[in-house]
Amino acid sequence: MGDEDYRSSSEEPNGEMTDWVFYRDRPEWRDVTPVPQDDGANPVVRIAYSERFTDVYDYFRGVMRTGEKSARVLQLTEDALEQNPANYTVWYYRREVLKALDSDLKKEMKYCRDMIEDHPKNYQVWQHRRALIEWTQDPTAELRFTEMILSGDQKNYHAWQHRQWVLATFNLWDKELAYIDDLIEVDIRNNSAWNQRFFVISHSEGWTPEVVDREVNFALDKIKKVVKNESSWNYLKGVLNACDNEEKKGELKLKIRSWCEEKYSQGEESSYMLSFIIDVLQQDLEGIKSTEEKTKVLDRIESLCVRLATHCDTIRANYWNFIKDSAKLRHGGGG
Amino acid sequence: MSSADDPSPPLDKRRNFHSISRQKFDEEGHPTNSSIEQINVEDSCLRLFEIFEAHNEEIDNLPVLNRHRTVRFLSQGLEHLAGGYDCLDASRPWLVYWILHSLELLGETLTDQQKHDITQFLAKCQNPDGGFGGGPEQISHLAPTYAAVNSLAIIGTQEAYEVVNRKSLVSWMDKLRCPDGSFTMHEGGEIDIRGVYCALSVANMLNIYTSELFHRTDEWLLRCQTYEGGFGGTPGMEAHGGYTFCGFAALMLMGKEKLCDIDGLLSWAANRQMKLEGGFQGRTNKLVDGCYSFWQGGLFPLLAVSLEQDSSYSLPPSDWLFSSQGLQEYLLICCQDVRGGLIDKPGKNRDFYHTCYTLSGLSLCQHYRTRTRDKTECFGDPSNLLVETHPVYNVSIEAANAATKYFNSLPTVKL
Repeated sequence: MGDEDYRSSSEEPNGEMTDWVFYRDRPEWRDVTPVPQDDGANPVVRIAYSERFTDVYDYFRGVMRTGEKSARVLQLTEDALEQNPANYTVWYYRREVLKALDSDLKKEMKYCRDMIEDHPKNYQVWQHRRALIEWTQDPTAELRFTEMILSGDQKNYHAWQHRQWVLATFNLWDKELAYIDDLIEVDIRNNSAWNQRFFVISHSEGWTPEVVDREVNFALDKIKKVVKNESSWNYLKGVLNACDNEEKKGELKLKIRSWCEEKYSQGEESSYMLSFIIDVLQQDLEGIKSTEEKTKVLDRIESLCVRLATHCDTIRANYWNFIKDSAKLRHGGGG
Repeated sequence: MSSADDPSPPLDKRRNFHSISRQKFDEEGHPTNSSIEQINVEDSCLRLFEIFEAHNEEIDNLPVLNRHRTVRFLSQGLEHLAGGYDCLDASRPWLVYWILHSLELLGETLTDQQKHDITQFLAKCQNPDGGFGGGPEQISHLAPTYAAVNSLAIIGTQEAYEVVNRKSLVSWMDKLRCPDGSFTMHEGGEIDIRGVYCALSVANMLNIYTSELFHRTDEWLLRCQTYEGGFGGTPGMEAHGGYTFCGFAALMLMGKEKLCDIDGLLSWAANRQMKLEGGFQGRTNKLVDGCYSFWQGGLFPLLAVSLEQDSSYSLPPSDWLFSSQGLQEYLLICCQDVRGGLIDKPGKNRDFYHTCYTLSGLSLCQHYRTRTRDKTECFGDPSNLLVETHPVYNVSIEAANAATKYFNSLPTVKL
């Protein structure tokens, strides 16, 4: 982020010569009045723009004022976006120009793709792609494109968001679960993949008892591989909550619970596992009538919370003590 | 009251290096990219914790927040920024807000001239058809609008309050609302939960909230809560700290926070604190980042206000439901740039965004406040004590109260 000193109009900071000519020196642009930035009399947060940046934006402001929407303005917006791809006003105006020119959107998609590859965490480039797809109504390249971006950064939020929009808008669900399986194979801790799994099933198959059964077993299988992976535990909890068949839910909770208890007796103290046990115990409490039985369950909740607060998950001591105290308040003492 | 008489907490409250190093991530013999990256970050933090502990034996009242150099960094940025900042040329009200909020947290006051100059600059960013853009002659966008309004509230002068054209702001925001209750960030812009928070924040502060303006917005917000308990940017997207703060603060501004799964949100938020580093991550199985000190940390004051009203919960007397100690240690020991300013994590460069949100998180740690109780306490040198921030707007309580009081005295603006 240093200050650079651009010595001449056609020399790049790294010394390479290009054929860049300032807009102010282009005869074919003489009909446009450049508009200097008006920060007011005593500007603040003044950025040390390069000469090239200032030149391009003076002309951009110029054409925004006249409202010109031509091929040369399309190129001008491209130059402006090279200087600052986060300038949402330029992207907005570019789309106005594309509409006015009834432009070749294939070419635009290529440009948009290049911009995303160079700036994958920028909001505007992804919104631009979405706008183009909304115009063309052609999603055929989208899954492959987002997959390509994700191969460079498995958790890129914009890529996932665009992918979700495409899947839902064009109903392209059928190969997604297989893709997610692969991602989880590659990195079992990829929480974005787990989230996508929940999203896909919610929108396609739905949480039928058969699906719940399958997915609980999937999660358990992954848990057995890596017991301290929060992603699989969160997914497991989520699937059970999504199940509205009480019988299936009860059956599965029992199965998971007995696996947990066995691991616990073998000395496993994954905080997510203990948290799961506590959740089940709290749910059980709602249905227990006998005071004696309630006390037993409360004591178990308390001892697990204390273990977590003092040994296995001390950073969350305040939280575990709160869970313990709230359980006691709700169900304990006084009847 | 401030704990000036008792400068640092008893030693058993501070985590010693030995106990921190026992919190290392357990890869379970199954390395993946996620675990490899996590372990790298832990190692860099451990080095800093180790150095700190060695020095702490010699000098009292460590760690120290580098106030002087940070104020200098901020003051310089308020005036001018290097060419590398041209990537933020469409976010200049944000630069103003990050710097102004950081300065107010540090107890610094602006001169009358500065207040006037900043106010006039922000006025240049306002558009005749309503709202503020990222700079002069940029179309209006909800994010710089939020930043501009917060900045004007921090400035707090009559001149600043009078800059905002409330009437045109309402009509512009109305155009951004979609049938499902969500908001685009600008005309033809992206939809996500930030837009809703920005719109609600300014609407409440400026007394232009109407149920018509936010028709079905609460429904849309609730759809953004995921199976993990946090909120995503849009319905179905992964739970994420920044978006969760926006979603829950937005629900609170609508008075509808009880409609979401509070237990699930609390559980998710509590699990976002990193057991070794002490700071917060943005998403499950991702890395710690100083800015989440506010986005995630800020959830806890909001949750406490909500839970306090419910008699089936037993809150601790004067502690948030996360480790305030752990977070303060991370911020002060791992997140300070030696030249002043604060950062994401060791190895990262300083910037105004991270300075703003790390300091905001630090302020939350130091000031406990609900409807019935309050307590102030700071870790390390007593000079570390910051001004208290408002957990919904993230401006000082004083600035928030003064602004809302002023605008509530004006008639509301109907659609």
